[in-house]
Amino acid sequence: MSTSTSVAAVVLDIIATIAPDEDLDDVKPDVRLRDQLDLDSMDFLDIVMELRKRYGIEVPEEAYPKLATLDSCTEYLGPLLEGKL
Amino acid sequence: MDYDVIIIGAGMAGLAAGIRLAMYDRRVLLLERHYAPGGLNSYYHRHGRPFDVGLHAMTNYVPRGTRRAPLTKLLRQLRIPYEAFRLCPQIGSEIRFPGVTLRFANDFEDFRQSVHETFPSQREGFDRLVERIEEHDELSLDARPIPSRPVLEEFISDPLLIDMLYCPLMYYGSPEENEMEFGQFCIMFKSIFKEGFARPEGGVRTVIDALLARFREEGGELRLRSGVRRILTRKGRAVGVELQKARGVTKLGRRRAEVLAMADEPGEVIEAPVVLSTAGYPETLALIDDRTARSEEAPPGRMSFVESIMVLDAEPRQLGIEQTIVFYNDSDRFDYRRSDDDCDLRSGVICCPNNYAHAKPLPEGLLRVTSIANYDRWAALEKPEPYASAKRRWLERQQEKVASVLGGDFRAHVVADDVFTPTTIHHFTDRIHGAVYGSPRKVRSGRTPVAGLYVCGTDQGFLGIVGAMLSGISIANARVLMAGS
Repeated sequence: MSTSTSVAAVVLDIIATIAPDEDLDDVKPDVRLRDQLDLDSMDFLDIVMELRKRYGIEVPEEAYPKLATLDSCTEYLGPLLEGKL
Repeated sequence: MDYDVIIIGAGMAGLAAGIRLAMYDRRVLLLERHYAPGGLNSYYHRHGRPFDVGLHAMTNYVPRGTRRAPLTKLLRQLRIPYEAFRLCPQIGSEIRFPGVTLRFANDFEDFRQSVHETFPSQREGFDRLVERIEEHDELSLDARPIPSRPVLEEFISDPLLIDMLYCPLMYYGSPEENEMEFGQFCIMFKSIFKEGFARPEGGVRTVIDALLARFREEGGELRLRSGVRRILTRKGRAVGVELQKARGVTKLGRRRAEVLAMADEPGEVIEAPVVLSTAGYPETLALIDDRTARSEEAPPGRMSFVESIMVLDAEPRQLGIEQTIVFYNDSDRFDYRRSDDDCDLRSGVICCPNNYAHAKPLPEGLLRVTSIANYDRWAALEKPEPYASAKRRWLERQQEKVASVLGGDFRAHVVADDVFTPTTIHHFTDRIHGAVYGSPRKVRSGRTPVAGLYVCGTDQGFLGIVGAMLSGISIANARVLMAGS
């Protein structure tokens, strides 16, 4: 598995925990997650909290916009998750 | 430090905050001064029957999978599956004023129709008011308080319709007399009319048990019979709490044991850099060990109630009682303020817990009646007498009232009853004046004059059971998890 698919898989796995009723089969990597799924700011906080809990990485509040799409997640989280997956 | 966070009060807000913090690895201690969790929404046994304390209805009901609703949000945040609360939707409720009835169930269109048909001249104004309510972000933590009456009067010219809208919203959530802050009005309007009523199968205990199980699963620690005597501060920062001294009591009955266990003597000191209090805003300030912080202005609420529960030997529907909840008023204007007499029966709420779509019918018929009361008058009555006779006298008057409001007579079918008063509420919640909805001053931000001490629950301003849980979640998120403390 390449790094980019595994970062996306990590994020989708977290979303599946947070929002078990959402259908995650056809999430488009270049469209804002908020526009395809029913996620609000509380859910984005949880993505950050789960990243910290599971992988020990910190996402500062000013970097939250970098979690907008799966592609931008991969770009931003890829280096932080390196060696942790 | 012994813990990362101490939470005062294991009601809905405290339990929800506790789950959030424990989920993200905070060492959490939840302190509850009573022998059971739940706070105002607890349960008890009498005459061998289980009774819910405060619950008529859980507001904010939405079906499974409804997007962006408070109930959906909180279940997600707590990782509790929708099925766990076992919610049974209401059959149908009414607002009954002299000569006029509005009906509502869990479908807003029906209610809108009912308003349109009953108040043809107010159609347009009502619809515009609804738009105004929808635009309002009532869950914001930095919202500024504004009164709702001027907003309503801008859209609605018939005072009768304003009174009828206020009646259920005030009874189910207003700490203010004859006014309601607009944000609170929006919360209640959405939770009652736009969403709706449900009852957990098994009563409020189902919800408490689900919360407790999650809290324990995440490693949270709960201590019952642990009342807080003081909140300890150092240089303007919270550093922990001092408990009331617990005394071993063996041979006495439960109620008596409770009184002794809360003796006002210093007990154990427990340290934590963050304290979340659900005790109420004025009540929390009074616990702070620092006199300057304690002197901040916070008026206690004045609205308290007498509630009677009647057990019937028949299904209420067989006695002609079809409604889930009836909010009635039989005087010219709806007057929501502290009663001058022990109780004020000119208006009230009648709830029939049987009339929800239960999977299995309740074993007995139940009727609950709520009336506005006066804390000072009830507190002045000595126990057991004349307090007990006053309870009996008001129960009979309430029964007479219910029979006249609903028509038909159920009174021959009452096989057991229990009445609680403002002093009972004070005993179980420690709210000054037994003020069920807390102080009129809500602290949206959760902040207090002491750093590291925050309030959540009723006095943070989200209302109802769902609101209380969301309040615990919001303050835990904003003040602890996002603050990184």
